[in-house]
Amino acid sequence: MSTSRESILSAIRNNKPDLLPLPDRFTFESGYPDVLEQYQQTLRMIGGMVEVVPDLPTVSQRIGELFPNFKEVAVTVPDLTYLADLNLDSITDPHELEYVNLAIIPGRYGVAENGAIWVTEQEMRHRALPFITQHLVLIIRAETLVANMHEAYRKIQVDETGFGTFIAGPSKTADIEQSLVVGAHGARSLVVFIIK
Amino acid sequence: MSQHTLDHAAASEVFNRDEPRVDWHDETLWWVRQKRDRASKGLPEWEDLREAASQIKHHVLSNMDVLLETFERNARKNGITVHWAANAQEHNEIIHSLLAKKGIDRMIKSKSMLTEECHLNDFLREKGIEVIDTDLGERIVQLRQEPPSHIVLPAIHLKKSDVGDTFHEHLGTEKGATDPQYLTEAARQHLRETFLTRRAALTGVNFAIAETGGFVVCTNEGNADMGAHLSEIHIASMGFEKIIPKAEHLGVFLRLLTRSATGQPVTAYSSHFHRPRPGQEMHIVIVDNGRSTQLGREDFRNSLKCIRCGACMNTCPVYRRSGGHSYHNAVAGPIGSILAPNLDMRKNADLPFASTLCGSCSNVCPVKIDIHDQLYKWRQVLAKEGYVGGFKKTSLQLAAKVLASPTLFKLSFNTARAALRIAPWAANNPLNAWSIHRELPDAPKESFRQWYEKNRK
Repeated sequence: MSTSRESILSAIRNNKPDLLPLPDRFTFESGYPDVLEQYQQTLRMIGGMVEVVPDLPTVSQRIGELFPNFKEVAVTVPDLTYLADLNLDSITDPHELEYVNLAIIPGRYGVAENGAIWVTEQEMRHRALPFITQHLVLIIRAETLVANMHEAYRKIQVDETGFGTFIAGPSKTADIEQSLVVGAHGARSLVVFIIK
Repeated sequence: MSQHTLDHAAASEVFNRDEPRVDWHDETLWWVRQKRDRASKGLPEWEDLREAASQIKHHVLSNMDVLLETFERNARKNGITVHWAANAQEHNEIIHSLLAKKGIDRMIKSKSMLTEECHLNDFLREKGIEVIDTDLGERIVQLRQEPPSHIVLPAIHLKKSDVGDTFHEHLGTEKGATDPQYLTEAARQHLRETFLTRRAALTGVNFAIAETGGFVVCTNEGNADMGAHLSEIHIASMGFEKIIPKAEHLGVFLRLLTRSATGQPVTAYSSHFHRPRPGQEMHIVIVDNGRSTQLGREDFRNSLKCIRCGACMNTCPVYRRSGGHSYHNAVAGPIGSILAPNLDMRKNADLPFASTLCGSCSNVCPVKIDIHDQLYKWRQVLAKEGYVGGFKKTSLQLAAKVLASPTLFKLSFNTARAALRIAPWAANNPLNAWSIHRELPDAPKESFRQWYEKNRK
């Protein structure tokens, strides 16, 4: 193992060009007049649903209307755990999440330019949860919205947890004749609630 | 797979026999190119982003060893095991030994062009290990025992009726069914079962971050995550050029990648892996396989800046009308044609000629690789190394002689004009490859030189 390591690194050292500096200018401002409006527009464009709501009780009510009588519901939002019929604390093997129909998870930041929401394993509890669930609800606060990815990376410490992901819309594919189909392997739908 | 034995021109000829299908292939990819245009024009800073990405990648090439060592150190601190593979064989053996150690004989894999380059699936199959590709497009071509024809859209050469037939045969969907929604649902059910029963998952790497020792994997389907988070061992394979210095640079690359690839603002999932989950093993295999040689070729090293978005393929008039398989290489199209000769000059000597040198590839490239210049330069290298032979060589040598001598030039063109008037079939015949899809115009009675001599005062 170490022999290949050494041979690769020494070949690179012999062959690489002279050191070139990193650019000074690599972040840009997006200057959207209204980040909240832009976020909603973008998310709808990429197949997500979005609602601006005043508080968590309203979220709870809307979830009841959008997902009536859903079973196998997993919740990691502390104040909404009463919506869950699945106890995530008792789950040690992610395979047990196989039958989750709805997962309700808080997000950290939302990105207006692409609709993405940063979620870490701290919020998801199980890394598999936002992917294996049939439907996904993400909840963010309006003040956590940022304009673009440069701004998002200024706020995020990517290695703060062992895993974090930007989720932008439901799972999708266009691998059959470029026809967009929502619900490939991950969640079939995404609803984002923005609390303002 | 039989196309692999044909050179690009011969394979293109086969592809072009079905004209409506070629037109469809051409138009579909052009539509993707147009989506890219709309997405890029939505960002006023697009050209500045390309320039920033290009400069970051230039720095990466010039500081590759330091960045890789920094990455290795930080990844180890994170609990990720780092392996180094000098070539495809070693890459495949490392993965096999990791699976063998745990007694695993079935693995799932999300998209990784590197494992295509290394022919990992064939290698593992011979060792008795089953690999199932989980990206929908890759699964389709895998069931058909074909290689992907595009790095981002692996099944772009297929019609929905082809997919319907394939799924009917392998997944038991209704005969004649072609609805993409129905077919995708069938694949979802089939692969969900696979995700839940496999203990090992392999993913590619879009970006590896030196500063933090983690890596980013982008998918729209969520297949990389489904595999990785349900597995007890996650192996990530990366060509060493995937390294970037810092997490903040991801802002540049994630903004460019998907907009260039499909016109989306970002992939549905951009997952950042830094530590294995408790009880899981996480491995990363850093692969050279000719990359350090390419780094030493001054004219061609910039090809290592590539972030595999596929924009150069979607825009290429030759790719769109010849199909990915005609390139007989894991990476097709313009970028594949400048990467492949580095891997094997003899086998891939035809590829730099599969271009009109129109330059569209360089114009859309998000990291500003001078693709068409490199295609041109590879032609010089290949000719000098003796890999260009036959008719192309003889005819160009003859042309060089004629064009260098005014007397020969005058004589030969007068003769040619006369010949074309008397016997146009001499040029418009099937033996002249140029005239297969073109007709020569009627030859004029006199040349410009003759006209000028007559008319000048």
